[in-house]
Amino acid sequence: MDLILVNLIDGLVTGLLLFMLSAGLTLIFSMMGVLNFAHASFYMLGAYFAYQISLALGFWMGLLIAPIVVGVLGAGVERYGLRRVHQYGHVPELIFTFGLALLIEEMVQFIWGKNQMAYSVPEVLNFTAFAISGNSIPAYKIFMIFISVAIFIGLLYILTKTRVGMIIQAALSYPRTVEALGHNVPLIFMGVFGVGTALAGLAGVIAGPVLGTFPGMAFVLGSIVFVTIVIGGLGSLWGALVASLLIGWITTFAKSYNIEMEDVLNAIGISTPENLSDSVFRDFWSLTSPQIADILPYILMVLILIFRPAGLFGKRQS
Amino acid sequence: MTVSDPKHDVPEGARYKEQITTDPSKPAQRMRAGSMTMTLAPWLIAILVLVFLPAVFTNNSALTIMNQMSITIVFALAYNMLLGQGGMLSFGHAVYAGVGGFACMHIMNMSDFFESIPLVILPIFGGLFGMGLAMIVGSFSTRSAGTVFAMISLGVGELIAACSVIIVAFFGGEEGISGDRTYAQPFFGVEFLQQIEVYYLTIAWLVISAVLMYLWSRTPVGRMANAVRDNPERAEFLGYSSRWVRYYSFIASGFFCGIAGGLFAINYEILTEENLNTTSSGVILLVTFLGGVGFFFGPIIGAIAFTLLQTVLSLSTELWAFYAGVLFVATVMFFPGGLAGLIMMHVPAFKLGKSSGLVMPYLKTLLPGAIGVLGLAALVEMTFHFRHAATGDDEMTLFWTTFNSHDVLPWVIAIAITVIGLGIAKVTAPSLKEAWNEANTAGGAS
Repeated sequence: MDLILVNLIDGLVTGLLLFMLSAGLTLIFSMMGVLNFAHASFYMLGAYFAYQISLALGFWMGLLIAPIVVGVLGAGVERYGLRRVHQYGHVPELIFTFGLALLIEEMVQFIWGKNQMAYSVPEVLNFTAFAISGNSIPAYKIFMIFISVAIFIGLLYILTKTRVGMIIQAALSYPRTVEALGHNVPLIFMGVFGVGTALAGLAGVIAGPVLGTFPGMAFVLGSIVFVTIVIGGLGSLWGALVASLLIGWITTFAKSYNIEMEDVLNAIGISTPENLSDSVFRDFWSLTSPQIADILPYILMVLILIFRPAGLFGKRQS
Repeated sequence: MTVSDPKHDVPEGARYKEQITTDPSKPAQRMRAGSMTMTLAPWLIAILVLVFLPAVFTNNSALTIMNQMSITIVFALAYNMLLGQGGMLSFGHAVYAGVGGFACMHIMNMSDFFESIPLVILPIFGGLFGMGLAMIVGSFSTRSAGTVFAMISLGVGELIAACSVIIVAFFGGEEGISGDRTYAQPFFGVEFLQQIEVYYLTIAWLVISAVLMYLWSRTPVGRMANAVRDNPERAEFLGYSSRWVRYYSFIASGFFCGIAGGLFAINYEILTEENLNTTSSGVILLVTFLGGVGFFFGPIIGAIAFTLLQTVLSLSTELWAFYAGVLFVATVMFFPGGLAGLIMMHVPAFKLGKSSGLVMPYLKTLLPGAIGVLGLAALVEMTFHFRHAATGDDEMTLFWTTFNSHDVLPWVIAIAITVIGLGIAKVTAPSLKEAWNEANTAGGAS
C-alpha cells in the first residue's frame, strides 16, 4: 500500500512534466494544424539555458529567465521559419520542424558538447520532504508538482476566463472572422507558439536537474510527447492532461512491479511450453513489465488509434 | 495547381490563411511537379554508367561507397513512393527496410534452405517481409493521410525499434545478427566472395527496382496515388477509395524498402538495431527531400549527393551532422523542390536557348558565395576547436593549413574571407536575377 502511494507520487511527477510539454504542443496543433516536432528540443534548450544562467545568477533566475528566452526563440521560429514554410503546405511544415529538431540537437552539441551538464537541484530544495515507510520523497518533486499544477490552473484560467483567452479560442475556431473583427490573428498565433515553447522551456528548467541535462534529452522525451497528445486526442487540453497522467502512472507502475509474462499467461490458463529455451516465442514468454515499460505508451497509442482513432478526448473527424 | 495539402484533412479553422498557391513560374518553390514522366535515354545512359563505373573507380572502398549509394537510392525511391507520389509523410520507414534485412539475415542463417537458392533472389524475400509488415501496419495507418499518418508511422517505428532490444530471437538484441552470403547456391559459378561481384548484384537490383517503381507510378494505381495526394475528396467522387489507394502505395513502398534491406544484408552481412531506429528513418527523409520529392529522379540525386557529402565531410570534420542539418533546414525553407527542382527550373531557359547567358552571372554570384560559405564553415570549425579541443591542443588543420586556433590572425583572415565572399555575392545577386528573368523571357535580344 505504501509502495502504491510512492508510485502514485512518482507517476504524478512524470505525468505533470509530460503535461507541460503536451499542453503547449496540443495548443499549437489546434491552432496551426501542424505538429511541432521541435517541441521537445525547446524543452532541452530550456534546461541548457537555465544551466548556463544558474552558473552566473543562480537557479531561481534561471527558472525565471530561461523560459522567456526560449519563448522568444520559439516566437522567432514561428515568425521567420514556420510562416515562410506554411505557404508550401502541411507536409513541408512537418518536415521543417523535424529538421529544426535535428539542427537544435546538433547546435546544443556544438555549444555545450556531448557530456551531461552538472545542472543540479538548488540547495534550498535539496532535502527530504517526507518519507513513506522508508521511501523518501525529495522536496524537489513536491516543488515540481506545485509548479506544474500552478501552470495548469493558470493556463485554464487564462484560456477560459480572460479576454485574451476568449480571443485565442475564437481564433482557433474562426480565424477569418476574428481577423475581420480587427484582431491581429498572425500575432496571436505567434504569441501562442511562443507561450507553448516557453512552457516546454519551463518544463526543461525544472526537469533538467532530475532527468539530466544532456543532448539526447529531447530525443528521449520527444516521441513520448507526441504519443501523449495522440492518445489524448489532437488539440484537446483535457485529453493531454489525462493522457499525460495515464502514461506517467502506467510507466511508473510497470517499472516498479516486476510482472512476468509467464505468470500472466499461466494465470489466464495458457501453460508454459515444455522446451521453452528452444521455442521461437522464448523472448515473448520471458518478458517482464520493467522491460516493456518504455514501449507501453506506443502500444497504447497503436491500440487507441485502431479502436478510437480520434483519441480519448478528440473530436470525431467528419 | 495547388501545392498545399487537401483542405479537409485539417480540422476546420486550423489554417489561418487561405491556401496559397505558389507561383507556377517558380519551379524551385514547388514541392511537387505535375508530371514525372521520363524518356528511355536517361535510363540507358544511367545503366551504362553503372556498368562501367568500377572500371574507373577500382579500389574496394569506392565500391563500398557505390554499393551504399545504390542501396540508398532504392530506399529513397521507395520512400518517395509515399512522400512524393502519395503525399504521405512517414517518420518510421526504416523499419520496413530493417525488417526485410533481418528476414534476409535469418534466411542466410538457415543453411539448408539458403544452400538451395542463389543469392541473387535473396532480396525478394526481404521485399516480401517488408511488404508483409507494411500490410499489417498499413491496414490501420493508411486510414488517413497527413499528420495522423505521420504520427502513427512514428509510433510504430519507435515501437518496432524498441522491440529490437527486447525480442532477441529475431533482432539479435544489442549486437544484431550476422551471416555469411557465400553459403548460397553459386549463381552461374559466382559465389559473391568479392566486392565487385556484390556490386553488380546490387546495381542489377537497383535498375530492376527503379524501373519497376517507375512503371508502378505509370499504372492507374500510381496515377490515382497522385490524385489522392492532391485532392482525396475529388478522387472519392470519381469512385476511388482514397484509403485503398493509399494502402496499395504503402504496400508497394514496403516491398521495395524490404528489397533495399535485403541488399543491405547482402552487402554488410550484419544488421543491428541501428537499421531500424528513428535516426535511419530521419536520414532517409533527409535524403529524399534534399533530392526533391517532385520528380521521379529526385531521390536518386539526393542519395548520390548525400552519400558523397557524408563520406567526404565525415572524413574531414566532426561536425558533419550539423552541416547536414543546416542544409536540410535551408532546403525546406528556400528550395522545397530540392536539387531536382533546382535543376528542372533551368529547363525553360534551355528550351529558349538562352542558358548561355546565365553562365557568367552564376559564376559572379555563386563562386564568391561558395567561398563565403566555406569561410563561414571555417569560422564554425575554429569556434568548435576553440571551445572543445583538449587544453594545450591549440593546433588545428583546416583546408590543408595548420595554425593555432588561439591566435588572432586566422580569425581575421576567416572573417575577412566570409564577409568579402558573401558581400560580393550580395552585390551581384540583383544582376543574376536580371539575367535570370531575361533568360526566361521568350523573344528579345539573346
